[in-house]
Amino acid sequence: MANDVRTVDKTTTDSGSDRGAGGPARSGAGPLVLAFLLPPRFTPEKVRNDRRYRTLDKYRFVCWFLLLPIVIYAIFVVSPFFQAFYYSLTDWTGFSSDFAFVGADNYVRLLEDSSFWASLRHSLLLLVVAPLVTLGLGLFFAFMLQAGGRHKKNEAISGVRGAKLYKNVYFFPQVLSVAIIGVVWGAMYDPITGPINEVLRLAGLDFLTRSWLADPKFALSCVLFVLCWMFIGFYVVLFSAAMGAIPKDIYEAALLDGASRPATFFRVTLPLIWDTVQTGWIYMGIQALDSFAIVHIMTINRGGPGESTLVTPVYLYKKAFDSGQAGYATAIGVVLLLVTMVFAAIMMLLNRRDRIEY
Amino acid sequence: MGSNHVNRRDLIKRSAAVGLVAAPGMGMLSACASGGGENDDKVEKGKKTKDNPLAVNKDAKLEVVIFNGGYGDQYALDNHKVYEKNFGNVSHSKTQKIRTKMQPRMVKGNPPDVINNSGAENMDVASLIEKDQVADLQPLLDAPSLYDPSKKVSETLLPGVVEKGRFGSDKVYQLNYSYTVYGVWYSKTNLEKLDLEYPKTWDEMLAACAKAKKEGIAGWTYAGKHPYYFAFSLYPFIAKIGGKEVLEAIDNLEPNAWKHDAVKKAFEAYHELYAKGYILKGTPGIDHIQSQTQWTKGKALFLPNGSWVENEAKGTTPKDFEMTVAPPSSLDKSDAMPFETIWAEASEPFMVPAQAKNVEGGMEWLRTMMSKQSTQNFSKQVSALTCVDGASDGLDLQSGLASAQEILKAAGDENRVGPRIRDWYLELDKDKVGGALASMMSGDIEPAEAMKRCQKAADEVAKDDSVKKYKR
Repeated sequence: MANDVRTVDKTTTDSGSDRGAGGPARSGAGPLVLAFLLPPRFTPEKVRNDRRYRTLDKYRFVCWFLLLPIVIYAIFVVSPFFQAFYYSLTDWTGFSSDFAFVGADNYVRLLEDSSFWASLRHSLLLLVVAPLVTLGLGLFFAFMLQAGGRHKKNEAISGVRGAKLYKNVYFFPQVLSVAIIGVVWGAMYDPITGPINEVLRLAGLDFLTRSWLADPKFALSCVLFVLCWMFIGFYVVLFSAAMGAIPKDIYEAALLDGASRPATFFRVTLPLIWDTVQTGWIYMGIQALDSFAIVHIMTINRGGPGESTLVTPVYLYKKAFDSGQAGYATAIGVVLLLVTMVFAAIMMLLNRRDRIEY
Repeated sequence: MGSNHVNRRDLIKRSAAVGLVAAPGMGMLSACASGGGENDDKVEKGKKTKDNPLAVNKDAKLEVVIFNGGYGDQYALDNHKVYEKNFGNVSHSKTQKIRTKMQPRMVKGNPPDVINNSGAENMDVASLIEKDQVADLQPLLDAPSLYDPSKKVSETLLPGVVEKGRFGSDKVYQLNYSYTVYGVWYSKTNLEKLDLEYPKTWDEMLAACAKAKKEGIAGWTYAGKHPYYFAFSLYPFIAKIGGKEVLEAIDNLEPNAWKHDAVKKAFEAYHELYAKGYILKGTPGIDHIQSQTQWTKGKALFLPNGSWVENEAKGTTPKDFEMTVAPPSSLDKSDAMPFETIWAEASEPFMVPAQAKNVEGGMEWLRTMMSKQSTQNFSKQVSALTCVDGASDGLDLQSGLASAQEILKAAGDENRVGPRIRDWYLELDKDKVGGALASMMSGDIEPAEAMKRCQKAADEVAKDDSVKKYKR
């Protein structure tokens, strides 16, 4: 690809210098640099006739247009990353501007911090389970909406009745802000007035009622459930769109060969939308790694009971703001960043495969 | 673009490369989040006179930031008017997020002159003090009081107020303006319905709960989601059984402080409430509002809480509820301290940042707050006691606050305890001790295990160099 461009470049620059009517083909680098930094209208005639002007013009255009976005990106996105690395090596409290450099002390402390390891365990558990459940259910629902209905005449596949309505309903949670979801589900799980226990009592299943979030055995599952509930709708819509793009004749061919629905799903649909699934997997994994708001708002004592729902971002927050150990908290943040990056890298490597064109 | 022939994919590739090269450079160039530091634009001091003992510059502006919580900010607005009669204009702001709004200004060295550092989102004052960000309030304490001109400010305060403002040295960094009484809250009406009086001993407490249980009413409920609420009656209970020293040992993070016999007895007594089924079902999973609502509905008799509950639960409290607070019941005759022992302490902290422009003005504003006019105004408006001794005497108080004042008087100076673990080691108290208590009260662990967990957490903090230690 790059070669193509270069050849095209060469021909244009050549023709450009031809038009230069034998003027001074080469001049020093000085005017060229000047012309690069100044707007085109100030470009000296001499440079305009230079055979390198075409290339210069191209990169001048690109660089000037990219300058502002890159500066903004560097200041607000990239530089905080580097600052974070730096602060993670200090004992900054976050309460004044003086701090001391402590080297890797914070990271050594992390190794021995049982609360940190507990939080990381929970985060990794969510990282593995939440995408599995969410994407699994998302795929199932999307397939049902797309191809789960009865066979009709003239159509190879059709969704279940009311598919459009379902799609909208599934998407509802996505419209709510995370804070509201946390508060609402906190109320749902309320052991005394919460609807979950209320329904169980009405159904005569009293033995199933419990203090959902206060029970260390169930608390993390409750968080996991809310996380999945929040995002399933998004993936249903995402996968539906991806499935909608698969040409119907492929399904027709599969049907003619006598493929059952599960076979159609696993042999046709899934391979064809694998790219989308992979992207969704990474995205959902990162959402699960975060899960800050839900745990912070909904759970007992923000991460409790005990440490049973403590996730790394919440622990980071507590260290930074409750304990005034911003430096240590930043070290936790750096570890979290590494985990996220490793996760994304693994997912990309594992899923490398050729794209199927259709 | 036409003749420029920049292929789109190429463009993206190359710009990404530029970005990567530019990034580290920017990292070095960029201003630090922790930048800033000293500021020299402090206002000049005024002339020290009899009416102006703190030498406030009469023209200087003052900036006050109030936590907009249960107390609102009207009391402060009223105080501004008094202050402005003699001194410069006050610019007022209120927020629920003190930390988010104020911490960056502290770091930048551009803080307001008075901060009401309160609420769930307050700044960790211990860390601020360690970094010399908070002014010593000694000049204020030594100034003549506006409440009683014959006394110094420090002499008009309730016991424990000055101590509460100290953090490991003689300097006083915080003025806690309100005065909170903690204890076991109940409704006189609901107790009378069961033909009960407030139980003074633990046996009576168990008997009262047993009687309530027969009627289908729970004995206790508490804010399960914030288990540290439980400490409001548990800490004074421990002191009652074993004496003040036990709480001091806990505050001082002494080894085996949590293994004391008094702690064991207190834990076992409270665990019995769970074991006998006297705790409202579902309590471990509810928040403070829900627990208060269940309590005002009459679903449970007793609630460990602080004197703000009257204001907070106003919306759901029936008219004839007769909210009352009592000291935690005594365990038995071998107790070290009498039944009257309570946990009461100054609360609602105010501070003057060391880097504020008008430090003297900030202190003067606080001095005005402690005048007769402002203290009575505060008590009337938000139905809470102030730190000034006797300031709300003779006022017509609501039943809860009146009972709080009564048990405060009954306790005297002798029988008042004030654990410091909450403001010294927030994480230890809220998360670790609170977590252990929560597990014990929901029946997940036995009292012995809860004690072990508390001790382990305290030991970990004691070992941790990154946490500043205090002694009392």
